[in-house]
Amino acid sequence: MAKKTNRSVLMQGNEAIAKGALAAGIDFFGGYPITPSTEIAEIMSEELPKIGGKFIQMEDEIASISSIIGASLSGAKAMTATSGPGVSLMAEGIGFAKMVEAPCVVVNVMRGGPSTGSPTKPSQADIMQARWGNHGDAPAIVLYPNSVLESYQLTIRAFNLAEKYRTCVIVLSDEVLGHMREAVTLPNMKDVNIINRIKPNIPPEWYKHYSKNPKYISPFASYGEGYRFHVTGLAHDEYGFPTNRADETQELMDRLKEKVTHNLDDIIQVEAYRMEDARSVIFAAGISSRAAKEAVIKARKSGRKVGMLRPLTIWPFPDAILKKYMNNVRRIYVPELNQGQLINEVKRVMGSIWNYTNTKSHSIIPIQKNSGQLITPDEIVNIMKEKK
Amino acid sequence: MQNIPQKIVQGKYLRHKKNFPHVWCPGCSNGIVLGAIIRAMAKLEWKRSNTAMVSGIGCSSRMPVYVDLNTLHSLHGRAIAYATGMKLYKPQMNVMVVTGDGDATAIGGNHLIHAARRNIDITVVLINNYIYGMTGGQYSPTTPTGDKATTTPYGNLDPTFDICKLAMGAGATFVARSSAYHAIEANNFIRKGFEHKGFSLVEIISACPVIYGRLNKKGSPADMMRSMKKNVIPQKSYDKLDEKQRNGKMIRGILQDIDKPEYCEVYDELVQSLQNKKGNK
Ligand SMILES: Cc1ncc(C[n+]2csc(CCOP(=O)(O)OP(=O)(O)O)c2C)c(N)n1
Ligand code: SF4
Repeated sequence: MAKKTNRSVLMQGNEAIAKGALAAGIDFFGGYPITPSTEIAEIMSEELPKIGGKFIQMEDEIASISSIIGASLSGAKAMTATSGPGVSLMAEGIGFAKMVEAPCVVVNVMRGGPSTGSPTKPSQADIMQARWGNHGDAPAIVLYPNSVLESYQLTIRAFNLAEKYRTCVIVLSDEVLGHMREAVTLPNMKDVNIINRIKPNIPPEWYKHYSKNPKYISPFASYGEGYRFHVTGLAHDEYGFPTNRADETQELMDRLKEKVTHNLDDIIQVEAYRMEDARSVIFAAGISSRAAKEAVIKARKSGRKVGMLRPLTIWPFPDAILKKYMNNVRRIYVPELNQGQLINEVKRVMGSIWNYTNTKSHSIIPIQKNSGQLITPDEIVNIMKEKK
Repeated sequence: MQNIPQKIVQGKYLRHKKNFPHVWCPGCSNGIVLGAIIRAMAKLEWKRSNTAMVSGIGCSSRMPVYVDLNTLHSLHGRAIAYATGMKLYKPQMNVMVVTGDGDATAIGGNHLIHAARRNIDITVVLINNYIYGMTGGQYSPTTPTGDKATTTPYGNLDPTFDICKLAMGAGATFVARSSAYHAIEANNFIRKGFEHKGFSLVEIISACPVIYGRLNKKGSPADMMRSMKKNVIPQKSYDKLDEKQRNGKMIRGILQDIDKPEYCEVYDELVQSLQNKKGNK
């Protein structure tokens, strides 16, 4: 096994997500077919029964998210995969998973929207949906790879973060990333860090399903293990029982938020490319960052001091890292396949240090496309030339 | 059951911490159904740690918090989908769903028919009170045509679901109906549903005196009990009635009880055969 995984193989992005999930120890997948994510479900249906895991094609996406949360509460490492329309249907369930702190992973292979949109075309228009898709305040942990290998790696990471922080983690991909093939060398399994939920080691009588530990995440039992606990989407106390008390409700909401905000260093990953002396920065994620990197290389050849910052963790947004790199920067270009989602975050962060976001000396420049086509490196380079 | 004192049964299966008094109105049937479920579990000597109760949202769906089991109060309409994930992942666990008429047949209708079709071993105890109780009395898919609800001020225009027929049509292998008045029968049907291997649905016709009863002038809780006694009748009595007399009557009894392959077992067979293949290679 170990030897096999070291060979370089040609792999599709969606396949890498499925393989990543298997490496992470997935043992339950509930899903509903939708382009461009369907390959993930197809691979799961073939692989999971072989290892005694469970695959089920549910009647819709609402059922899919419900089934994986039910399985997760029973101890499963569970995932579903879909695209924007499916995430829209899952919104209530995603909020439920966050509220009851059931670890699970939701993959959104983005396609053009809104509505049925452009099913076979890439898009990055669900970045805000991934943050705010469920009603109510809730933390969001959202990862976005930009290659086939990284699709594998970040899926494993999504499971690790879900298990560690007891929440629903979203993995974003897109039609191009999901369907393109690249040669990848998967790591040796013994070099892969797998995190599993912490189990309680106290007698059931003392057990609290949501008791705090200093890092805001408590060990938790699964159904059927002798710890009989209650789970509800209502505001609840440490035992999981519904509460109307203001203090308990506030404490719950604070804890849900702080378990993410107190662990930003652990959760956030950003790639900094040629940032050492950069005066201009391209801030790009996912598939658009491939063009961004090319653009950096091209611009550097003509002597421009350009770098790239790429969030692998989109949410929570990497405010501190962005600020850290911005001392000498005067221009930030934000290419994205939507009408301006990441750029508003960049403006929010930069507004607090520049005190203004667009002047002669400092500016944040949108490069946006909604046509279903990718942004090319030349398009970015040309816009940079205009702004010189 | 008769020889187990009431106190002991309740003491064992109820949660004492913080959750009582319960939220239900005086005269509500939900407590009777809770009692029937507890008696059925006690009779079968179900281990609490190996038993799960899942519900959606509604007055009836508030039940899980009161029982000392693995309990999940999920989302409106979704209980059966959550239960499907739990059961498929841990087939050794006894999984029941407690749900209302709105929860199971309006917003959750899709999950009901597909769980029935799969014949997954879940028992659905459906408390049919003909109304959306929790939200204050809007009409549900089972509100009788012509009846009053807060959203049918001129009387309900909609035809109604026969939930048991719906479940049978979708492939449920055990289907029964009783009423809160027929509490002992209800408890027996629930027990049989629990024992049945495959998808089972037990519909309990129930009284919501505070909302449905008041809106439709059904009298006191005791009056509503009397009308259940009169209107929820065995097949034999029903057959003797003419078309006109059948109006407003419902049949109680076991309406379906057949054997078919159960979903988790079928899945397990697939896993076994794949593993045997691997072993043979
Ligand atoms: C998605 C969603 N829509 C609507 C509601 C509001 N709601 C709560 S309970 C309920 C109806 C419950 O009726 P039923 O299932 O018949 O149960 P009962 O209260 O009568 O026991 C509704 C509409 C909700 N909680 N969630
Ligand atoms: S509103 Fe009706 S169903 Fe709800 S608790 Fe009161 S009597 Fe029971």
